[in-house]
Amino acid sequence: MIAAQGREKLLEVKNLKKYFNVGHKEVLKAVDDVSFTIYKGETLGLVGESGCGKSTTGRTIIDLYGATGGQVLYSGKEVHGVKEKSKKKELTRKMQMIFQDPYASLNPRMTVKDIIAEGIDIHGLAKNSKERQARVFELLETVGLNRDHASRYPHEFSGGQRQRIGIARALAVDPDFIIADEPISALDVSIQAQVVNLLQNLQKERGLTYLFIAHDLSMVKHISDRVGVMYLGNMVELSESDELYDEPLHPYTQALLSAIPVPDPNVERSRERIILEGDVPSPIDPPSGCRFRTRCPMAMDVCAQVTPKWQEAKEGHWVACHLHDDEYKHG
Amino acid sequence: MVRYIIGRIGYLIVTFFIIAALTFMLMQLLPGSPFNSEKLTNEQIEILKDQYHLNDPIAKQFINYIGGIFKGDLGVSFTYDGRPVTKLISERIGPSAVLGIESTIVGTILGLLLGIIAALRRNTYIDYISMIVAVLGISIPSFVFAGLLQYFVGVKWALLPVAFWEGPLYHVMPVISLAVGVMATIARFMRTEMLEVLGQDYMTTAKAKGLSSVTVVFKHAIRNALIPVITILGPLVIGLVTGTLVIEHIFAVPGLGDQFVDSISKRDYPMIMGTTLLYSALFLIIILVVDLLYGIIDPRIRLASGGKD
Repeated sequence: MIAAQGREKLLEVKNLKKYFNVGHKEVLKAVDDVSFTIYKGETLGLVGESGCGKSTTGRTIIDLYGATGGQVLYSGKEVHGVKEKSKKKELTRKMQMIFQDPYASLNPRMTVKDIIAEGIDIHGLAKNSKERQARVFELLETVGLNRDHASRYPHEFSGGQRQRIGIARALAVDPDFIIADEPISALDVSIQAQVVNLLQNLQKERGLTYLFIAHDLSMVKHISDRVGVMYLGNMVELSESDELYDEPLHPYTQALLSAIPVPDPNVERSRERIILEGDVPSPIDPPSGCRFRTRCPMAMDVCAQVTPKWQEAKEGHWVACHLHDDEYKHG
Repeated sequence: MVRYIIGRIGYLIVTFFIIAALTFMLMQLLPGSPFNSEKLTNEQIEILKDQYHLNDPIAKQFINYIGGIFKGDLGVSFTYDGRPVTKLISERIGPSAVLGIESTIVGTILGLLLGIIAALRRNTYIDYISMIVAVLGISIPSFVFAGLLQYFVGVKWALLPVAFWEGPLYHVMPVISLAVGVMATIARFMRTEMLEVLGQDYMTTAKAKGLSSVTVVFKHAIRNALIPVITILGPLVIGLVTGTLVIEHIFAVPGLGDQFVDSISKRDYPMIMGTTLLYSALFLIIILVVDLLYGIIDPRIRLASGGKD
């Protein structure tokens, strides 16, 4: 795997925050102070359990949710708060999203052709209806569907086919960066592999950059160059995927990885699982200090008082944990 | 699809004749007779009954009547000097139709606007006010509203003519009275549908495509929310027709409804039959059109009912 250093930064997320107001003066901190960088041409996997804020991170990056704080830079340019229409349009063209639920994310009353071509239309990417049609056909073939499918409606397709339509739709505007928000979790296992392979082939052909959000750890390892782990709105660890899987630093990552079953009965029998106690605390009232401390098998006194810093423990290996902070390392 | 339509039209015709037969029999069960005038002697009444074939068995009367329908003959009115029912209806249908169409259009447009605005401004005072208006519109019967309008707008402030049907200004109050109910029902329905559609994932997809929020609302939200609203248009229009019966009476509109009520109290059998059949035909056609329209607009239903594509 190529070292992350010295590569062109495509997207920089700096101290991103997204809070939702829930009820009376209560604030749900879905994403709280998350920073990371995505390099051109790579796939960054984002994992974590349900409700940890990974999808919110993705959606906030492309401004589907207005960010509460922080900065997102795309090729060095600010993404949020862009007032100028043409600039905003340009950004939505370059960054696209593939959604989790292929059933709900396609308008049931539009033909596949119109769903795909809508992006082409608003960004003026086809000169006439003939070119528009040709592009739609080409996109359908790119994702492994055929031209006859163009005039059909989403309900006539299976889940895997619909997800392909979702991918074709995202590709329609020639994006450079695609946020795939759990694109395979709603699909059958056999279909998951097809869709992941399709995504990988597209990446090779078109030089795409992915932010791949998922909770399936083995799938993320398979597709990602680097992996970030989120817990309760915080990023807890980020590194090259091989290194993360071989040498996880954060206790949460260790626990997560210990949950991956190994397809070898001998190993599986002796495998030790780290079982986390308790439930994920509410993001409305997260624990003080380190958010993971209530379930951490290695929690120290300092964890309740000081929020761990997000720092590079090794080259290219970031972690937010007092165990790996020189200042507190030894209790 | 063609087979489906033909089938539906077949059912429609059967339903129509069942309605005709039932009305014909029920009407004869009404106590009283068309010839109740004290000036008439029994002999004269018998002569009249003979003349109008009222002494024949009901089955024969009915068969004769149905035969007449095929020839476009709905019989002759008992009360209006023996004028044909078709002619009487065609003279009166104009104001009723205008009133009905105007109320539908006004009510639908206002209702949609109110519903859409309420949904887009959910849980703000705009939403609350819209829904209070809608609840009032549904709860207050059109005749109460008509009376209030007549009293305040017509009499107290004298802004608009209280009754009759002599020009555009005369339309305003009856149309408002009828449209309020339509508006309220549609507004509530549209709001619910809009909220549901706005919460769908494909709205996020549309935003991610780079569409402006205005386009997202118009092209994706309103269009999809409108479809279920079409289904309630049918019953609403039917409700309007029955509403016109009363409203025409209150505003002295020379329409069909007024005449219909009159013909019932006078036991003018051919008039009752003719008007009932006209209303029934209208209902049946509206229901059919709404169903077909729904199929055309919603691709999922179109395929389900049309079989293989």
